[in-house]
Amino acid sequence: MRYTPHTQADIDAMLSKLGISDISELFGGIELPKDSPKRGLDISGLSAQETERSLKRLAAKNKVYDTVFLGAGAYKHYIPPVVRHIAANPRFVTAYTPYQPEMSQGILQAIFEYQSCITRLTGLDASNASMYDGATAAAEAVLMCAGGGGDVLVSEGVNPDVIAVIETYLSGVGRTVTKIPLGADGLTDIEFVKARLSTAACCLISQPNYLGNIEKAKTLGGLLNGAGVGYIMHVYPMALGVLASPSECGADFATGEGQPLGMPLGFGGPYLGFIAAREKYIRKMTGRIVGATTDKDGKIVYVLTLQAREQHIRREKASSSICSNEALCALTAAVYLSAIGKRGLAEVGEACLSKAHYLADGLQKAGLKLKYKDTEFFNEFVTVSDPADAELSADRILRRLRRRGILGGLRLSKTELLWCATELNTKDEIDGACRVISGRGGRG
Amino acid sequence: MSLIFEKSVDGRRGVTFSALDVPKYTLPPDAEYLRQSPAVLPEVSELDLVRHYDGLSSKAYGVDSGFYPLGSCTMKYNPKLCEDTAALDGFCQIHPLQGGLSAQGCLEAAYLLTEYLGRITGMDCGTLQPAAGAHGEFTSLLMIKAYFKSIGQNRTKIIVPDSAHGTNPASAAMAGFEVVNIPSDCDGFVDIDALDAAMDGGVAAFMLTNPNTLGLFEKNISKIAGIVHGRGGILYYDGANLNAVMGISRPGDLGFDIMHINLHKTFATPHGGGGPGAGPVLCKEFLGGFLPRPTVVKDKNGRYSLKDGVRGGKSIGKTRAFFGNFLVCIKALTYITALGAEGITDAARKAVLNANYMRALTSEFLPVGSGACMHEFVASCEELKRDSGVSALDVAKALIDCKMHPPTIYFPLIVHEAMMFEPTETESKQTIDAAVAALKQIIETAKTNPESIKSAPVSTPVGRPDEVKAARKPVLRF
Amino acid sequence: MKFSKTHEWITVEGKTATVGVTDYAAAQMGDIVFVELPDVGAKLTIGKSFANVESVKAVSEIFSPVSGRVTEVNAELSDAPELINKDAFSAYLVRVELDAVEDGLLERDEYEASKESF
Repeated sequence: MRYTPHTQADIDAMLSKLGISDISELFGGIELPKDSPKRGLDISGLSAQETERSLKRLAAKNKVYDTVFLGAGAYKHYIPPVVRHIAANPRFVTAYTPYQPEMSQGILQAIFEYQSCITRLTGLDASNASMYDGATAAAEAVLMCAGGGGDVLVSEGVNPDVIAVIETYLSGVGRTVTKIPLGADGLTDIEFVKARLSTAACCLISQPNYLGNIEKAKTLGGLLNGAGVGYIMHVYPMALGVLASPSECGADFATGEGQPLGMPLGFGGPYLGFIAAREKYIRKMTGRIVGATTDKDGKIVYVLTLQAREQHIRREKASSSICSNEALCALTAAVYLSAIGKRGLAEVGEACLSKAHYLADGLQKAGLKLKYKDTEFFNEFVTVSDPADAELSADRILRRLRRRGILGGLRLSKTELLWCATELNTKDEIDGACRVISGRGGRG
Repeated sequence: MSLIFEKSVDGRRGVTFSALDVPKYTLPPDAEYLRQSPAVLPEVSELDLVRHYDGLSSKAYGVDSGFYPLGSCTMKYNPKLCEDTAALDGFCQIHPLQGGLSAQGCLEAAYLLTEYLGRITGMDCGTLQPAAGAHGEFTSLLMIKAYFKSIGQNRTKIIVPDSAHGTNPASAAMAGFEVVNIPSDCDGFVDIDALDAAMDGGVAAFMLTNPNTLGLFEKNISKIAGIVHGRGGILYYDGANLNAVMGISRPGDLGFDIMHINLHKTFATPHGGGGPGAGPVLCKEFLGGFLPRPTVVKDKNGRYSLKDGVRGGKSIGKTRAFFGNFLVCIKALTYITALGAEGITDAARKAVLNANYMRALTSEFLPVGSGACMHEFVASCEELKRDSGVSALDVAKALIDCKMHPPTIYFPLIVHEAMMFEPTETESKQTIDAAVAALKQIIETAKTNPESIKSAPVSTPVGRPDEVKAARKPVLRF
Repeated sequence: MKFSKTHEWITVEGKTATVGVTDYAAAQMGDIVFVELPDVGAKLTIGKSFANVESVKAVSEIFSPVSGRVTEVNAELSDAPELINKDAFSAYLVRVELDAVEDGLLERDEYEASKESF
């Protein structure tokens, strides 16, 4: 398959204009290696039809689970058809970064609306136009907050992938993370933070945390604000219709993974990193930002602004090298949030919360225990099984569910599983899964 | 056009969710937990939403709308086939943690794409983890840092030509390196004497874009590789301009050790108004152990899995959660599968033919530098500005009124009043002829009636924005 | 008033120096949109960058012609950076308790005569 439109007549006319007889002459200046290549290019092209068949064959080698109880950083939520249709508009999909504002008002306004949605979600003053994913958003927030030195406190309740990315980003500038342990209640140890306020530059927690537990984010905020330590909350956007917002908790920065806002699981990407901050950090914010201004007739115009922060101007002094971001994912998230609206956000949060608690009840009846039974959780939680009961080991449970086409929770150890429920999980699905685990659904 | 927030009506609903079929759980009524003031999101009907975004799309412009010769960005046609394959449930509905055995197709796709990219670039191994070109640079530079640390050498500097994209020095600084800028000559070629002088034992790597940012193939590659390798340094290839040479010349064969690729440029994945892109990193075997974890491996039974600690296990860690912008990778894999080796070479040849043809036509009324170019060329409006006061910016704005996207302007910085055109291989002779005719008309008008060009564009919904106002008093949300 | 080759002006009264950028520098930078100033109490060192001045498409570092401690910053500039474009010689950046002044600062006529060559 080719996507080059040239006819032989076109090529002849173009070559004649250039005064040459073969395209190869244009490559005359290229210095080709003396040794023969180690591996040939050796890729046989296919027709469009064959290509499609070949990719479909690959896709068919993956198992699509209809029922999913796995989260841990990537979440299966309902994606309204209108979101997919709007985000598939070729004028959005095939545009480049909006460098020419006069002909890109549609993209720029969409990003401005996304930024507005994120500030309303988080309660903070400003959002950028998006980051690569939630983990890199958290890492860049840490770099902004800790640029002047001091300890970087990161809760062990943060997703391990996010911590890993923060560690990698910090390793560039020779810095490390101080991990805040979790207490027996599965919550960030606030006493540990208290003891390090004087040397800390910033503190990052996840709300809810990786294990699903709801952190005492306000108490922590009071402590950090009082000591002048930067406070970064890494938040699950679907919880923000229910749980106290980062602004209400006193956060300086809110970051998070925006994938639940209308993006499919997609084996890990593309996803959406969001980052919002208080006013005083705006001029230090990383990445692109869209702002509103006017043209000479006073009409409102949206433009890429505060560009003096960015790599194409500041080069090695820029706060980050990010250039391409996840603009189409940001647009998708804005469409999703506008589609569900103020009430929908609260409803989907309540549904996640309620379904997870119903699942937790069912699993307890099936013989599992909650690891943190006295701690409030949102839509994820950890179960433990009796080590003596081999039938209830994590591996056996997952295998039995898999045979029924159900994707169970994440295996944390031989006896521990991290479960997730969203608004997509019906009562019947949950009952069915619990029956399979208890054995009443037939052990196989 | 009003914002979606301004169209909001209290109580109106777009999407509604299923009624709760389990008992409602309520958190303790404790300010520690509960949100006090709701997130005031727009409340609109589905039709309101559809019409709002239809309106926005009418004020957007993509490759599907028309010619888009934005230099350095490779705005080629994005095949619809690739959109379809990336939308298959068998890819979209796969959880990144559901386990390799139930995601063999995803792993095989990732393995295949890495293998294909290795063959195209002449590199041994790679990762699909970086989400964009700059992210690939940052990942590579951390790998370079880890490599020197592992062999006990303290190299703290990265050399970057002054004609490089801003991401190069910015990524080097993020990775903790000191940046040494060296000058380029007027054609953007590396100043060999400057490189020779700067390349001491403290330099970890030299970052080079080839063809360079003026669209010319670096003429001294083997000399450059000799200098860099001779002093123990690493040669980095910025793959932004790979489209010109894919299937013809391989960075790995030319002496480059590590590189990133912009799948959203060379491999036809759409740019989405700014992203998502994908910036895979490819490298030679000796750097492979430092790649981000995990790596996709294939065992002797043909089974794929994700492994940490491959090739000696000195990974820099993770630069992104999970495995990268996977669905973007599926689009690129589809594109490469369809084109094959011959199609890939053909694309590069036609990209270079189109650029040279457009350059030849343009040279009749604007200075375009000397000699044949590769996939893009730079014209200068310096004389025009001197004679008529009409700048590259004005000409670009006037092109908008001709229903095409302007070229990249004011880059590279080493050419005054630069306009950088990259037509790409998917444009026809007729499209190029029409664009050059429009450009010629603008240049002629500029000489007789400069004010009409300076007031462009006039056909767009808004005029030129007051950028000073935007930056002085930022309004960043509704 | 004296001038540096990096386009700063300086006046000294007793132990206090006032530092700003020249009208020539302001014109070269174009419309100034933001000025990043040091905190009161910060130590300045001769020849070292102490502030950033941003226009829409550029950032310029401002180099200190004095060493000493910042006693005052021009707070007006945070809301109205355009004051530098309007009158660069009254829109100072900082006042400094002096330790030392750079050697070889220029008189106005010397600066005016050669400013374009720096």
